[in-house]
Amino acid sequence: MSTLSVDTPKSHAHAKAEEKRGLSTAAKRRLPLLPALIFVIAVTQLPFLLTVFYSFQSWNLVRPGSRHFVGLDNYIDVFSDATFLVALLNTVVLTVVCVLVALLLGLGLAILLDRKFFGRGVVRTLLITPFLILPAAGALLWKTTMFDPTYGLLHFVFGTDLDWLSEFPLAAVMAQIVWQWTPFMMLLILAGLQSQSKEVLEAASVDGAGRWRTFVSITLPHLSRFLQLATLLGAIYIVNSFDAIFLMTQGGPGTASTNLPYYIYQRAFEGFDVGQSSAMGVIVVILTMIVATFALRLMFRTFSVSGGVK
Amino acid sequence: MTTLAARPRKKHYGKGSLTVATWVVAILFVFPLLWMILTAFKQEADAYTDPPKLLFSPTFDQISNVLSGGFLPYLSNSAFVTILSTALVLLFGVPAAYALSLAPVKGTSNALGFFLSTKMLPIVAAIIPLYIISQNSELLDTVWALVILYTSMNLPLAIWMMRSFFLEVPHEMIEAGRIDGANLPTLLRKIIMPVVAPGIAATALICVIFSWTEFFYAVNLTAARAGTVPVFLVGFITSEGLYWAQLSAAALLASLPVMIVGWIAQNHLVRGLSMGAVK
Repeated sequence: MSTLSVDTPKSHAHAKAEEKRGLSTAAKRRLPLLPALIFVIAVTQLPFLLTVFYSFQSWNLVRPGSRHFVGLDNYIDVFSDATFLVALLNTVVLTVVCVLVALLLGLGLAILLDRKFFGRGVVRTLLITPFLILPAAGALLWKTTMFDPTYGLLHFVFGTDLDWLSEFPLAAVMAQIVWQWTPFMMLLILAGLQSQSKEVLEAASVDGAGRWRTFVSITLPHLSRFLQLATLLGAIYIVNSFDAIFLMTQGGPGTASTNLPYYIYQRAFEGFDVGQSSAMGVIVVILTMIVATFALRLMFRTFSVSGGVK
Repeated sequence: MTTLAARPRKKHYGKGSLTVATWVVAILFVFPLLWMILTAFKQEADAYTDPPKLLFSPTFDQISNVLSGGFLPYLSNSAFVTILSTALVLLFGVPAAYALSLAPVKGTSNALGFFLSTKMLPIVAAIIPLYIISQNSELLDTVWALVILYTSMNLPLAIWMMRSFFLEVPHEMIEAGRIDGANLPTLLRKIIMPVVAPGIAATALICVIFSWTEFFYAVNLTAARAGTVPVFLVGFITSEGLYWAQLSAAALLASLPVMIVGWIAQNHLVRGLSMGAVK
């Protein structure tokens, strides 16, 4: 928890001392924080408030003069929209599967890299590169050279004429996203592995603990905060996935690979429906906040209880 | 005796095969990328064949086609937006991180929580007002809209990262400096900055990567003039299957700046991503 926890004893002591010294110093100390705070509030919170405001209106940009207040109608429409529910389910599946698979693959690769061997630097450089190429480039690359039914590498390897993008669109998109994010997970977990105390590992081996036992009882608990951080950051970015879907499947066929960011984009920029897409945006924010508050908190607790790491 | 003699040997053998396995896994994992680099140096006719062609005479035709085919304005837009937004992140973020770590006041944890919570807000939830606001303020399809948005996109994470680096500054050193009569600018220059500078560099690197690769804002808020390199690639989905070699060349050129920076600064990348959790 320590990386994410803000209540370090130091900051508490400081804050208390601050109170005693009086308001003027406190205000002075707050000053360096203000530009960043004001900027972030202005650019992220104000537009969101406008989204909330638009969500109570019927407003289609292609029908001038259509704008009027409709109360909760947009929300009712959204929840009775089958495509929205499909997109919601796809988003959940995509995020959970991609984060878990990338985390596991990243853990495996990090373990392989966490020892001295010939060409280790080169292998690490190779493995982080998918994270460094543009996601847009990666998406187009997978769409063409990997998944193409006639000339793609998968066709060559498996010898089938399967059109992966229309037969398994969501899985194909997820494969690309996992490929993109595995290096990120690997780097974080590798950082965790390398920060392990060598003495503790040696002591375990002297005590006769096998590799597996050492991994489960010592390494995994030590890694827990790195795994938490990787899950949190990965989930934040993967839940917003747009590039891969836009460039590989356009959400299709039908709505098979439509996720919420892509569906909102469609309603806003192809349907010009400001009211409905705003309502969807608000719902997404509320759902994200619920998940972030409950699921993450639950997960962190499980981690720190089983790991015993504070 | 035999077991003792055989043991180290067996272990060595096991290590060797693990190394080979690691190499194989790594090459399989990055194979799509290696394939893209190969394809970038092919003629179009060699790019899609069945079975795929491994032997071909390399050419720079595709690279020069991309460079002469309108890629450069996108490249300069990307460079401008990335550099300026990263500079702004540091300008706003360094003082904020300092205020939240070395000189915290009441409400510090609230401010930190607030910054992280903005990352939880899905960016789609604000795209419609952002589109309308930038249209009304004539920022639509300009690099300035992207500069402002990328700064706000990276600032919260940057503050979190840099705060963790500031927390690594030994408290005793600052106190000792204070007792010696050093004022804040001197403390910053002599004691704090040398410790946090690598962390700030790592943070800047992450901001550069995320700005350079950002797609959603760029594709929705730019049309003709302000497109960045990811937007340039969108042109290739309409001509699917036809220009693979040129697409690969474009993808390679678009990714190259960040790839090189990332390769050189790998260790910084690790430190930045783990938010100073590594010592």
